[in-house]
Amino acid sequence: MTHRSERLLGVSALARVEGEGAMRVTVRDGRVEDVRLSIYEPPRFFEAFLRGRAWTEPPDITARICGICPVAYQLTACAAIEDACGVAVHREEPGIAALRRLLYCGEWIESHTLHVYLLHAPDFLGLPDALTLARTERATVERGLRLKKAGNDLLETLGGRAIHPVNVRLGGFHRLPTGAELARLERQLTQARRDAEEALEWVGGFDFPELEIEHALLALSEPDRYAIDTGTPLAEPGGAFPVRDFERHVTEHQVAHSTALQADLDGRRHLCGPLARWNLNHRRLPAAVQAAAAGAGLGGRCTNPFRSIVVRAAEVLWAVDESLRIIADYRPPSRPHLEVPPRAGIGYAATEAPRGTLYHRYELDAEGGVRSAVIVPPTAQNQRAVESDLRDFVQARLDLDDAELTRQCEQAIRNYDPCISCAAHFLDLTVDRG
Amino acid sequence: MTTSTPVTAPRPEPDAGHRAPRLAVWKFSSCDGCQLTLLDAEDELLPLAGRVEIAYFLEASRHQEPGPYDLSLVEGSIATPEDEERIRRVRADSRYLVVIGACATAGGIQALRNLADVKEYARTVYARPDYIRTLDRSRPVSDYVPVDFELRGCPIDKGQLLEVVCAFLAGRRPDIPDQSVCFACKARGTVCVTTAHGIPCLGPVTHAGCGAICPAYGRGCYGCFGPVTGARTDALLPLLRRDGLGEREIVRFYRTFNAEAPAFAAAARRAGGQDEAGERDRAGERDRAGEEDSASEHEESEGEGGAA
Ligand code: SF4
Ligand code: SF4
Repeated sequence: MTHRSERLLGVSALARVEGEGAMRVTVRDGRVEDVRLSIYEPPRFFEAFLRGRAWTEPPDITARICGICPVAYQLTACAAIEDACGVAVHREEPGIAALRRLLYCGEWIESHTLHVYLLHAPDFLGLPDALTLARTERATVERGLRLKKAGNDLLETLGGRAIHPVNVRLGGFHRLPTGAELARLERQLTQARRDAEEALEWVGGFDFPELEIEHALLALSEPDRYAIDTGTPLAEPGGAFPVRDFERHVTEHQVAHSTALQADLDGRRHLCGPLARWNLNHRRLPAAVQAAAAGAGLGGRCTNPFRSIVVRAAEVLWAVDESLRIIADYRPPSRPHLEVPPRAGIGYAATEAPRGTLYHRYELDAEGGVRSAVIVPPTAQNQRAVESDLRDFVQARLDLDDAELTRQCEQAIRNYDPCISCAAHFLDLTVDRG
Repeated sequence: MTTSTPVTAPRPEPDAGHRAPRLAVWKFSSCDGCQLTLLDAEDELLPLAGRVEIAYFLEASRHQEPGPYDLSLVEGSIATPEDEERIRRVRADSRYLVVIGACATAGGIQALRNLADVKEYARTVYARPDYIRTLDRSRPVSDYVPVDFELRGCPIDKGQLLEVVCAFLAGRRPDIPDQSVCFACKARGTVCVTTAHGIPCLGPVTHAGCGAICPAYGRGCYGCFGPVTGARTDALLPLLRRDGLGEREIVRFYRTFNAEAPAFAAAARRAGGQDEAGERDRAGERDRAGEEDSASEHEESEGEGGAA
């Protein structure tokens, strides 16, 4: 408790896919009265200007929603439009589907490692950034950068470049990787596996603030493997539902304090992303990854949002292993892509972006013109859960001074999302003494 | 538009004595991809951090130093009233201001709103458009303040970014050649996708810098680096038509990631799209007159043909 009757913690910026945001916490008479996560990034209107574009265009265009997870946007757009056009790449060309999964693994390795090493770990070490950490622990930071680079090299080889890859198209790819390229990746990923194991061990040893929170959960799920590029939405509570019913379960609302829409799951606030995936799907991880995660302190169920960094590190290890498995099993498809001729219809798809479930819906006319587009990103879904976590978190720490409390709130926000995280560095504190 | 604009900005003098140059990275309306390019320079990041003081770079550090800064990198377009004010402050605080990426140099993908009714866009995306504060247009930084250098790309190229940063820190002009993607294809030894396969490609009118990735992967360039100086879009038009693009597809080709870069905007207008309604009218007239070489591709006023 402080001597003030009212405190206003102002956090002036968080990013989503659409960038910048802020947090305000109002405390009155020792109770957290209100927590608001505002996203004030200028709206970029993707859903509006996708109308009238050709059905072939959303994969390249929606990539530009987020520079940190462009592959998630590209592959979800492809899957939704292929659904509208009646093309099932998984059934017709499993080799193409395998390469897509490999590409997505590259993004998981790159994006998660960026988050673990450059955005989140410095919080646990009490440092402003990873560059400061490098002054005393250069080898640790170099290990992280090497691992991140392995993900980026995978993206560059399969996608042409790491940010906004050019090689993805409806039906598959413009060109297939060569055997020599895959062999080079395999060597690099074999090295990366050691780095990923050490990274998991490293973050498992951090001190985790105590916070146990139950939210409703949402993640894609598959019976026999860890779901990323395909799967069925699985809600807890509620169970599985077909992706075409996504908007019936996950509904978006607009609030006055945010330009990003806020979504809920069957009327309840919910969480998607690493913790949701861990709790719903960790049994689908290979035994070796489960054992390494257990060694890093991840039990059967994880409800401490601060441990999301451990889940991310475990998922990096998994993605490296999965990449090696895909390359080992790879049989080149007969063609780089299937034709996806347009037809009138509506297509739906969801995939697991590193930050959580990403959903797209497109309505096409008979010539392939996009009549409407709906995109529900993970950050919109997680916003209410973040607000709720912060409320409990601040309530338990009212004895801290404003600077320390703000720092810890930033860290709590960075549990969720690389996009929010980067802008959460904007945190400023304003104190309103009522 | 040239790659660099003349250096006309006021420059606060650096502090006396020897100290590391101070670098700042700013975000406006964008996807973060261009500033992420700096963090993606895995091999160069730590050496660079040893040479400069990273005074303000929110994606990398919560540590923030007030200005003045020796070099500011600016990502994103100017799209809100607050942006207009903030970019002026950044300019005043920066000795050199370098804008990075299609958003900052040409308004970016979000400049597609410039051709539309933003209120209608807001109604499409938001149940309560009245909560949304935005400018009608998304504009490049150079519309508001003088900039010292413009680096192209959506996203920018890592090698070019490092060259620009090193050049400004060393006090020399960056070595960023003003050539088309075609030069890069030749240098790379890539067979021309248009000549060999009849694939529509904006390479001849697009600024090099990416390393000609798309043709190397068997697709045509879609212009993400924006126009090269002196882009001869007229000369390219017959080739795009020959390779199967109708007027509306050509318009969309130019109106994507660099829609408001003057050479691409002009090319889109000449190809037939003053505005969407005018575009439809003209396409309709041409179809009726039967002049068009590939009228069947766009005779339906609602129809959108396939892009490359
Ligand atoms: S230019 Fe492209 S990559 Fe860079 S910030 Fe804008 S949308 Fe992102
Ligand atoms: S070839 Fe063209 S579209 Fe492809 S990356 Fe280069 S500039 Fe961008």
